[in-house]
Amino acid sequence: MAVLEQILKNGEQPLLKVIDLHTSFTTDNGEVQAVNGLSFNLNPGTTLGIVGESGSGKSVTAYSIMRILEANGHVTAGKILFEGEDISTYSEKQMAEFRGNKISIIFQDPMTSLNPVYTVGNQIMEAITLHQQISKEEAKAEAIEMLKQVGINDAERRFRQYPHELSGGMRQRVMIAMALVSKPSILIADEPTTALDVTIQAQILELMQSLQKKYHMAIIIVTHDLGVIAQMADEIVVMYGGRICERGTADDIFYNPCHEYTKGLLKSIPNVDNMKEKLVPIEGSPINLLNLPKGCAFCARCAKAMKICLEQVPPELRMPDGHLASCWMNVKNGNYVTEEEVNA
Amino acid sequence: MSTENKSEYLVEVKHLKQYFPVRTGFMKTIPLKAVDDVSFAIKPGETLGLVGESGCGKTTVGRTLMHLYKPTAGEIYFEGRQVTDKNIGEFRRDMQMVFQDPYSSLDPRMTVEDIIGEPLDVHKLYSSKEERREKVMELMNLVGLNAEHATRYVHEFSGGQRQRIGIARALAVNPKFIVCDEPVSALDVSIQAQVINMFEELQEKLGVAYLFIAHDLLVVHHISDRIAVMYLGRMVEMADADELNENPIHPYTLSLLSAVPVPDPKTARASQRIILEGDVPSPLNMPSGCAFRTRCRYATDKCAKECPALTDRGNGHMVACWNR
Repeated sequence: MAVLEQILKNGEQPLLKVIDLHTSFTTDNGEVQAVNGLSFNLNPGTTLGIVGESGSGKSVTAYSIMRILEANGHVTAGKILFEGEDISTYSEKQMAEFRGNKISIIFQDPMTSLNPVYTVGNQIMEAITLHQQISKEEAKAEAIEMLKQVGINDAERRFRQYPHELSGGMRQRVMIAMALVSKPSILIADEPTTALDVTIQAQILELMQSLQKKYHMAIIIVTHDLGVIAQMADEIVVMYGGRICERGTADDIFYNPCHEYTKGLLKSIPNVDNMKEKLVPIEGSPINLLNLPKGCAFCARCAKAMKICLEQVPPELRMPDGHLASCWMNVKNGNYVTEEEVNA
Repeated sequence: MSTENKSEYLVEVKHLKQYFPVRTGFMKTIPLKAVDDVSFAIKPGETLGLVGESGCGKTTVGRTLMHLYKPTAGEIYFEGRQVTDKNIGEFRRDMQMVFQDPYSSLDPRMTVEDIIGEPLDVHKLYSSKEERREKVMELMNLVGLNAEHATRYVHEFSGGQRQRIGIARALAVNPKFIVCDEPVSALDVSIQAQVINMFEELQEKLGVAYLFIAHDLLVVHHISDRIAVMYLGRMVEMADADELNENPIHPYTLSLLSAVPVPDPKTARASQRIILEGDVPSPLNMPSGCAFRTRCRYATDKCAKECPALTDRGNGHMVACWNR
């Protein structure tokens, strides 16, 4: 909350500002609205968590920012401001320069994102020489230094190895090394630990946090795992069916959820303080993006859905604690503050 | 050891070993010890959680228990009777399995009715077509599927609904014991809770016992009465679910539990995690003695020489460690 308020008051420029992003995919069955009016801010050196279930549009958001969508996907509306500049208007050439330089991305499955026929070192060197005019020897030295930075022992030997010779955790470390060679100001991590075991996951998350401090970079972590989000994120965006449900600080979202979906999500995981307490699932099935409801994306599964929920998209309102939520229940209960009240 | 007597346990596994031959050269194979001397027992209506990281052998334990693999060594007892590969057919009605991936474990060319009805066909559990249909409907109702779903094919269902179909199929023969191999791992969080609740309700209603294999420790803690922890084919600790979580003894269990990201920001900020160094060793090249010693803070010379056995530390809290 403190961070949000501060930004509001002194009007400081966030590092990344996404405004009303729309991304859709053209398929044989029609237009799929994967992201539908998403906005958020990312401040320097902080971690933003985007949480949602499969099909919520969380990964598509990350790909839209990086402009690495599949051929049938396109950003149809919205602005992506990096340090005040709209990168969505960049040409492909400008984007190629920008990508991996200012913003880097790592993916869920490090095996499929590394090239199996080149050595690890070769691939890291490629990332270095792409953005810097330096000699091969210098690039090699830098690549080895980077491998050391991400906690790989025996970096000289690893440098010469192929991806299949490394374990999953090691590959993800290599991916991180590759992503960070240009010292980007933002690292996007798309489900970075989903394919890893829990003890390796702990290593990777710890590594990301220590590198964040070291390089003062911002992180966007995209995940379905509420535990990972709780551990990593300063601020959280909750998504459902391509729409934003709620955004605010980690504490706001976890301790004062103001959207029925977030509340449901938190009740469907085991309660750490009382393990034997019965889970309260969200009834119904995941949303069909081809057939989005006219109103709130969550209305079909919401126990408290009202008539208006089916008909109109809920407005994003500021909660008394400062975070933003889009749920008609807040309107009904008068549980929000107006911008005038905030300014006063 | 009395084997033919009625025991208080529904399922007993004694010194189970499952080695897979791995070719390392011409005419040369070495055994991969996927499961090495694992023993446990499950009471009727009880849930035993089995946790561990990928490659620790937890799935192999489940599959060997079902005789999907022929065990290399060891004994399996069901209601006091030994299960062998000759008489396994007699036990299939009482022991069933639910698989992790509801996309690949259901035949895409069969209707839901036929998928759930197939075990009834195999065990000849009906006398007329009407009775078969009635039973299928009853099962579908039990797992929360609608009657109109019966004629549909699997691709028309979401992951959670598919898992319900898989569970209905397992329940068709009225089993006393179900091996659940990562049954909720492929599902979204909100759907996961639906399926977990269903498992719990079915247990209350039908008194069925579960071996619940999973890697999500929070889910396992929630659903299990007791939990067993495996590392590289061996069982390192077994205790009541709450006891294991509040008072873990084995260094591996300690680090495993502390590595679990808790969905609570304040706890996450306050917690001191034990980060394990390095990766799990290859099961083809296992460390001598205790398999965990290469990553263990407490390791001594003794750990390299001899593998510790599971010993009871009171109230059935079993631990295999020399130093703790």
